[in-house]
Amino acid sequence: MELTKIDKDLLKSIADLHDIPEGAYNIRKDGKLVSRNTSANIDIVTKTDKPGIDIFIKDGTKNESLHIPVIVAQAGLHDLVYNDFHIGKDCDVTIVAGCGIACGSEKDSGHDGVHSFFVKENSRVTYVEKHYATGDGTGKRVLNPITNVELSKNSYMKMETVQMGGVTYSVRETNAILEDAAVLEISEKIMTNADDYAETKFNVDLNGKDSSTHVVSRAVAKENSKQVYISTINGNNKCYGHTECDAIIMDNANIVAKPEITAKVADASLIHEAAIGKIAGDQLIKLQTLGLTKKQAEEEIIKGFLK
Amino acid sequence: MLELKNICFSVRENGKTKDILKNINLKIEDDKFLVVTGPNGSGKSTLAKVIMGINKPTSGEIIFNGKDITKLSVTERAKLGISFAFQQPVKFKGITVKQMISLAAGKEISVVDACKYLSDVGLCARDYIDRDIDGSLSGGELKRIEIATIVARESELAVFDEPEAGIDLWSFNSLIKTFKNLKDKYQCGFMIISHQERILDIADEIVVLSAGEVKTKGTKQKVLSHLSEIYSTCSKLDDEEVK
Ligand SMILES: Nc1ncnc2c1ncn2[C@@H]1O[C@H](COP(=O)(O)OP(=O)(O)OP(=O)(O)O)[C@@H](O)[C@H]1O
Ligand SMILES: [Mg+2]
Repeated sequence: MELTKIDKDLLKSIADLHDIPEGAYNIRKDGKLVSRNTSANIDIVTKTDKPGIDIFIKDGTKNESLHIPVIVAQAGLHDLVYNDFHIGKDCDVTIVAGCGIACGSEKDSGHDGVHSFFVKENSRVTYVEKHYATGDGTGKRVLNPITNVELSKNSYMKMETVQMGGVTYSVRETNAILEDAAVLEISEKIMTNADDYAETKFNVDLNGKDSSTHVVSRAVAKENSKQVYISTINGNNKCYGHTECDAIIMDNANIVAKPEITAKVADASLIHEAAIGKIAGDQLIKLQTLGLTKKQAEEEIIKGFLK
Repeated sequence: MLELKNICFSVRENGKTKDILKNINLKIEDDKFLVVTGPNGSGKSTLAKVIMGINKPTSGEIIFNGKDITKLSVTERAKLGISFAFQQPVKFKGITVKQMISLAAGKEISVVDACKYLSDVGLCARDYIDRDIDGSLSGGELKRIEIATIVARESELAVFDEPEAGIDLWSFNSLIKTFKNLKDKYQCGFMIISHQERILDIADEIVVLSAGEVKTKGTKQKVLSHLSEIYSTCSKLDDEEVK
């Protein structure tokens, strides 16, 4: 199957790819495999019991990357996929996933990706997930990603998720279990407009001694959109957990932030912060004194905030 | 040249009217340093904000290069060449020093140019250009970056609100040099709000504000004698209040 111009634009938006990537990759379009490449250390195997792939990354794989973009261009398609990542010991890898939806009709299109990460001891994983939807159709663009993470002793994962407008409906769920000295950093950036609904649920169990997590969300809700942020951190051992939601609300938008922290032992140190507010007036004024209009000032502030 | 005619500014507080600026008449000439000084709370920052358009005067007129700008917005005044360095610099999440200077300059500036503006205010550019203008910068650093944004603009009138606050001695000399260079380059008018003797020294004219009124104006010698009088009456009042 050939990639069209729209496909390539979507790939650029979700995976910073201008063409077929280097290294291992698996490109999926409209529920089918378009192209795949494996490397000496990274193997990709199609699942036989359900849609999706198993990815096996060998012990000691360093400085390699894996791209697994998904494109939904066919109207009315709701793609569902299960991807399991088996990451060996002592690895250092970057995984870029993303879903681009181009919806040009009145039919709804969507993608539900269930991604499970099994990270072995002492490995480092950077996981980048971008969501992007485009098209002038009236059909809903729906994305419901689920991410499950199991971090073994001393492993580290950094997860960056980005969703910048255009997605009509999304419920994102991330569940993580951390063993001793494991570290999970999550950074979420999300912008909604029109009548979009976006919900995010983070659930992190700090089971291991000296495990830690930082969950940081920066959100902008415009027009009539609604966002819900729920983050739950359970400190089940001597651990450190921090969750932060920083949101800018505009127009008639609606934002709910529910950080929940539970400490089950005295050595668990947990912090939650949540702040919702409109753009600070003095920031707007400062940029206006440099000659920007109020609208331009707003755009600059939001651009920086979600950078 | 900017001219303030009979400027009054008052606010409503607890159902009462509070007059903050009372009938201010002033001229800020091109290629001159006008320094405004006076006790805390005398209305200096309010006056600067009235000039920039952040505060709209309750009555009076503001004439800039022959044009009545009283009703113009902050943006419109900025486009006419009025610049304002805040007493308390505003912090931003995610806007870098280089971006801010670019916004001020009205175009994407090169690293070399950004460095030039930063070294003008005594900052080692390399360490700063990619940093966010947020709470991770020290007070003095924020203040200097604020000044650098004004240096990057082509100003016809530059208003600085206590530029010396929080700035160490070495930078102070280069700050004054920076003001002089800026004046030579654009022949712009300056209004500098300051309590610093060394800034009073470069003033072509000094204006003393007290309780929202111009108490006196003129050269340094003329004004200094009045100054001590004003500050001593203020402290006398304070003493009485304490009693
Ligand atoms: N929006 C406002 N509402 C109520 N009072 C105000 C407002 N703006 C200024 N004031 C009051 O007006 C007075 C003048 O304030 P201003 O900030 O202009 O003083 P200043 O001369 O700049 O003082 P400083 O030397 O401390 O910077 C102060 O008493 C201040 O509390
Ligand atoms: Mg002041």
